[in-house]
Amino acid sequence: MSHASPQTAGAWTPAQIQEVVDTHKSMPGAMLPTLHAIQERFGYVPEAAIPIIAETLRHTRAEVHGIISFYHHFRTQPPGRHVVQVCRAEACQAVGSRQLEAHVKTALGVDYHQTSLDREFTLEPVYCLGNCACGPSVRVNDEVHGRMTAAKFDRLVERLTTMVLEVE
Amino acid sequence: MTITVYVPRDTTALALGADEVAALIEQAANGRGLDIKLIRNGSRGLSWLEPMVEVATAGGRMAYGPVEPGDVADLVDAGLFEGGLDHPLARGLTDEIPYLKHQQRLTFSRIGLTDPLSIDDYRAHRGFAGLEKALRMTSQGIVDEVKASGLRGRGGAAFPTAIKWQTVHDEPQGQKTIVCNADEGDSGTFADRLVMECDPYMLIEGMTIAGLAVGATQGYIYLRSEYPLAHRIFNDALGRAYRAGYLGNDILGSGKAFDLEVRLGAGAYICGEETSLLESLEGRRGLVRAKPPLPAIEGLFGRPTVVNNVLSLAAVPFILDQGGQAYADYGMGRSRGTLALQLAGNVKRGGLVELAFGVTLRELMEDFGGGTLSGRPLKAVQVGGPLGAYLPESQWDNPIDYEGFAAFGGVVGHGGVVLFDDSVDMGEQARFAMEFCGVESCGKCTPCRIGAVRGVEVIDRIRAGDAAEANLALLADLCETMVDGSLCAMGGMTPFPVQSVMKHFPNDLTPRQAQPAGGKPC
Ligand SMILES: Cc1cc2nc3c(=O)[nH]c(=O)nc-3n(C[C@H](O)[C@H](O)[C@H](O)COP(=O)(O)O)c2cc1C
Ligand code: SF4
Ligand code: FES
Ligand code: FES
Repeated sequence: MSHASPQTAGAWTPAQIQEVVDTHKSMPGAMLPTLHAIQERFGYVPEAAIPIIAETLRHTRAEVHGIISFYHHFRTQPPGRHVVQVCRAEACQAVGSRQLEAHVKTALGVDYHQTSLDREFTLEPVYCLGNCACGPSVRVNDEVHGRMTAAKFDRLVERLTTMVLEVE
Repeated sequence: MTITVYVPRDTTALALGADEVAALIEQAANGRGLDIKLIRNGSRGLSWLEPMVEVATAGGRMAYGPVEPGDVADLVDAGLFEGGLDHPLARGLTDEIPYLKHQQRLTFSRIGLTDPLSIDDYRAHRGFAGLEKALRMTSQGIVDEVKASGLRGRGGAAFPTAIKWQTVHDEPQGQKTIVCNADEGDSGTFADRLVMECDPYMLIEGMTIAGLAVGATQGYIYLRSEYPLAHRIFNDALGRAYRAGYLGNDILGSGKAFDLEVRLGAGAYICGEETSLLESLEGRRGLVRAKPPLPAIEGLFGRPTVVNNVLSLAAVPFILDQGGQAYADYGMGRSRGTLALQLAGNVKRGGLVELAFGVTLRELMEDFGGGTLSGRPLKAVQVGGPLGAYLPESQWDNPIDYEGFAAFGGVVGHGGVVLFDDSVDMGEQARFAMEFCGVESCGKCTPCRIGAVRGVEVIDRIRAGDAAEANLALLADLCETMVDGSLCAMGGMTPFPVQSVMKHFPNDLTPRQAQPAGGKPC
């Protein structure tokens, strides 16, 4: 069963962010582990995290900004309940990912880097999920799906939107 | 009697429903009052048969695949639990499947056989034998053994591994580091993932041996964030290896130390380039560093660092266990040992094919791959990832080795082989090469950063019939500028696929009516 993005997405306090930063600050090269931990916990890296990270890890705010925007993985807006990534790379192209990609955009009513109005789905491109022998590949949250077709995708969306989230 | 059933748990098996298959098999066994032991093994690398269920019988393990959840009831009726053969998905003895039988598995000898997390399984298949030997050797002795194997880096550049190790070995004592490059960014490649998901202790062992060889006590694995399952399995294995004394301050009571930690990348292709990777590990943007200094001399935090691909490090336990010569006995010319080829894209039988260097592309694509998945004629194959040329049929009879491929402008790279059928629009592929470079360029140098964006524009104009001749000439110039003027291979090799399309598929780069590209979704 696919697990949804963190329930707390969007909800954070400066103290919580500080706490995450503090648990990682003594690692050598702490920046990426810190950003990962923040996104893992809150679903994204809130703007307000930047001064906290900058101060604690001794970088300028501009540097932290630059780092976050350099890496495609980090997002600065809260994502929808499910993050859908469609593989755009060559091996998946060879089995029809371009058509699939068009279908996904229509089915979800969004383009890449957008979140659907009902906040169910955020769509992102990805360049290879390591499932290249059985593409096209799609990742939903932490689960990869292979040999994807338009019909299979529609069933997946159906299942995800009717999925009841467990309350923690 | 307990019946042992195997259902793989690698990304591809799971992506095709292996968890559900496993649950249904357990249910069916319970329903029949049968006592089964269900093992979640790694994949054998026969991706086309995933989920590939195996049942242990007196004569060996029997394979069934690809098993979809809806097939389970039928399979059980046909005698799955007895190793029955009376079902279209029955493949007979796993070891006799030609795809597997005709491989030369030195590195991947264990995948799929074992429970990836079981140290006992690992040991039962010669696991840690190389490490135990290495612990009794001098550091120079270990480097020499790797030298004798002729092993060259499997991450792309094919640099002799022992020379890199020797350099770090010869640096004065002090903090040295082993960095494993598990960024596996090339489309069409998944062998690093298979190592980490299906035989994680092999990588732990290889890195520990590398540490002993060069005098490093710290290792990092830089793993792409696109591999969440590999992350989970590998971290689990790390914890177990620590608890069993294979890592830490006193490896197997030797008094020697080695620590390992996984660090996640963040979706940047360029961070597979070793200096960009080091920048990223240090906590910055992944801007490529100019070389020299080499990472072997000034690497992570300015200290001597070995950066090796997963497959280079994974080859090391075999080399130490069986001797460098045993590895060098395979291969051709200056390409020694075996190569993990990965068949992907529009291919009937995709998966991992480990073979000695020297096999031809055609043998690989036809004998192993079985041609295209769509059944349509094969048109082009891209070997070596997104920076590799698209090869037309006239080049499929070349044996795969580093020098031979380089001679005609081919790239072996990380061993990815991506097949395209005749519905592919090669102009679209050339455009994508430039587009990808535009998205993934680190931005440090102009030919790459600007060239990629211009490349897309120029190709769009050619395809639209807008001064096609002049724009083709412009594209040729642009490619040359990128090849000559880029700091790293991202900008320097992006032209390879583009130039190969211009040369071998010129008809696809003429004005054309819009038509759908790529094969049919399968
Ligand atoms: C743009 C670019 C991307 C690369 N991506 C990877 C990668 O994902 N994995 C890898 O092992 N090497 C990659 N490399 C090669 C590394 O720079 C380096 O040569 C390699 O990690 C060295 O290890 P090896 O000697 O064991 O191959 C890449 C190189 C470039 C220029
Ligand atoms: S060639 Fe591209 S990726 Fe490489 S250093 Fe220059 S800008 Fe960065
Ligand atoms: S720019 Fe965000 S993933 Fe490409
Ligand atoms: S190219 Fe799509 S999973 Fe690798």
